[in-house]
Amino acid sequence: MTTTAATEASIIVEGLTKAFYEPRTDSETIALKKLSFSVRQGEFVCLVGPSGCGKTTALRVIADLEQPLSGEVQVVGGGRPAVVFQEQSVFPWMSVQDNIAFPLRVRGIWRKDRLERTRHLIDLVGLNGFEKSLPHQLSGGMKQRVSVARALAEDADVLLMDEPFGALDEQTRLELQQELLRIWDASGKTVLFITHSVDEALTLADRVLVMSHRPGRILADLQVGFSRPRDVVELRRDERFWDLTYKVWSLLKSGAAIEGDAG
Amino acid sequence: MSATDTNADCMRPTGNAAPAELSTQEKERLRAPFNRERVFRNFSYFSPIVILLLWEISAQLGAIDLRFFPPPSAIAETFLSMIVSLELFRHIGATLQRVAVGFLMGAVPGLFMGIFLGLFLRPRQIVGPILAALYPVPKIAILPLILLVFGTGDMSKYVIIAIGVFFLMYYNTFGGVRQVPQIYLDVAQSTGANRYQVFTQIALPSALPQIFTGLKLSAGTSFIIIAAAEFLGARSGVGFFIWASWQTFSVTRMFVGIVTISLLGYLTLTLIDLIERRVVPWARN
Ligand SMILES: Nc1ncnc2c1ncn2[C@@H]1O[C@H](COP(=O)(O)OP(=O)(O)OP(=O)(O)O)[C@@H](O)[C@H]1O
Ligand SMILES: [Mg+2]
Repeated sequence: MTTTAATEASIIVEGLTKAFYEPRTDSETIALKKLSFSVRQGEFVCLVGPSGCGKTTALRVIADLEQPLSGEVQVVGGGRPAVVFQEQSVFPWMSVQDNIAFPLRVRGIWRKDRLERTRHLIDLVGLNGFEKSLPHQLSGGMKQRVSVARALAEDADVLLMDEPFGALDEQTRLELQQELLRIWDASGKTVLFITHSVDEALTLADRVLVMSHRPGRILADLQVGFSRPRDVVELRRDERFWDLTYKVWSLLKSGAAIEGDAG
Repeated sequence: MSATDTNADCMRPTGNAAPAELSTQEKERLRAPFNRERVFRNFSYFSPIVILLLWEISAQLGAIDLRFFPPPSAIAETFLSMIVSLELFRHIGATLQRVAVGFLMGAVPGLFMGIFLGLFLRPRQIVGPILAALYPVPKIAILPLILLVFGTGDMSKYVIIAIGVFFLMYYNTFGGVRQVPQIYLDVAQSTGANRYQVFTQIALPSALPQIFTGLKLSAGTSFIIIAAAEFLGARSGVGFFIWASWQTFSVTRMFVGIVTISLLGYLTLTLIDLIERRVVPWARN
């Protein structure tokens, strides 16, 4: 890696290997093997790959929720990354507004202030009218929107998102994609975004990293050159969008074929 | 851009979409099950009366020995006269005060110990086995020892209740904390929450359903323990009253005492139930 790239890198993953050990059966699962990639400051990178290939594992190591077995992970610059988890993760004992304001509570900000400061996020994810509801009164997609808003409340420089729009209908998903792009444009955050959807990856990303089957490694690192700001709907009229879609799909398919032969 | 702008409006059907009004009938139908539920719940508070009814009927029919089981109507009569003469209240007051103090003395440390050991591995490995070894010691068996150490005053009652309550609260809270879904701890860690915040913001609320189970078990057990403790060393309290009545073979008065204890326990449990419903609304199902 050249020094110029290193100075402006925000997330550096270098030869990351991560395995899980199961003492009951004395067996191990290698989730990631010598994974390397980096994300520049202010870049929007999407990670796509088949289920179980280690995307979440990589994200958890970057978020410092897991320790690498070997290799190195570095998040450069200010503070810890904000995380949107793949699983349902909103606290059932807190109202929507308190869930969203939780990161500010951790920082010791008074309730009145933190609700004030997060009110626009409730708007943003379209949950006005539900501020005081408890999560068991919400739909799955609404809960997912709460966790997206909670991560945004942190206002971290680096945003790690694990299939944040997975549980949403197509329309809400497009809307939130557009909002996320707007926030990202305005804030200059670094975003690492995991998705199953090739379509979503191409819509959002500057670069798409395509991962192989487990143990995941990078099959391809594709530049997505559409101009910014993007319109998530209009983008679909661009022919290059479909060319790229085809390219990623072929990669995923061939990656699967190689794995099938090996295993 | 206009395409997404129009989207923006349809996007928030859950939020500020045009208010779709319900017809009056629909509103009623919507509320009916809840109203029915409320009626039923209010009735259910009185279901223990069924036992008294069966008892009364068998007494009237002569199916049970009236010398040992006076009919509830006779017990109620004595009960009322004692309430009028205020005799019972002195005992109720003494018992309630002992239970309240002892309960707090046991529940608060039990709660904290449960959360603490639930969250932290090393303390759990060291202190856990000690508590497990102490828990099975019969509380009644150490009562004489406690009387010796703390005297026959109220302190010994507080202590014996506190011991019993401590373990129930500890084990229930501990179990609750151990079952906190990892994802919530991950969320907290990823936002940089410190230990104290994890304690109060995640572990405690997440364990609340089990904590309430512990509170209810503890409340019931407190009354069992206090009655036994008042048999042995007390000049007041409902337990003392039962014992004194038994010694003069006033069976009806003895039952008044028993019913009083039962009623006190029942009311306490109901109170805790009501609090639980307010404090843990997400665990209703
Ligand atoms: N805590 C764990 N213990 C044991 N094995 C694990 C654990 N977490 C993940 N794994 C294994 O590691 C591999 C990668 O899992 P990971 O969750 O990273 O996949 P993923 O790419 O996020 O998949 P998906 O797209 O389905 O979410 C899987 O084989 C999984 O079984
Ligand atoms: Mg995953």
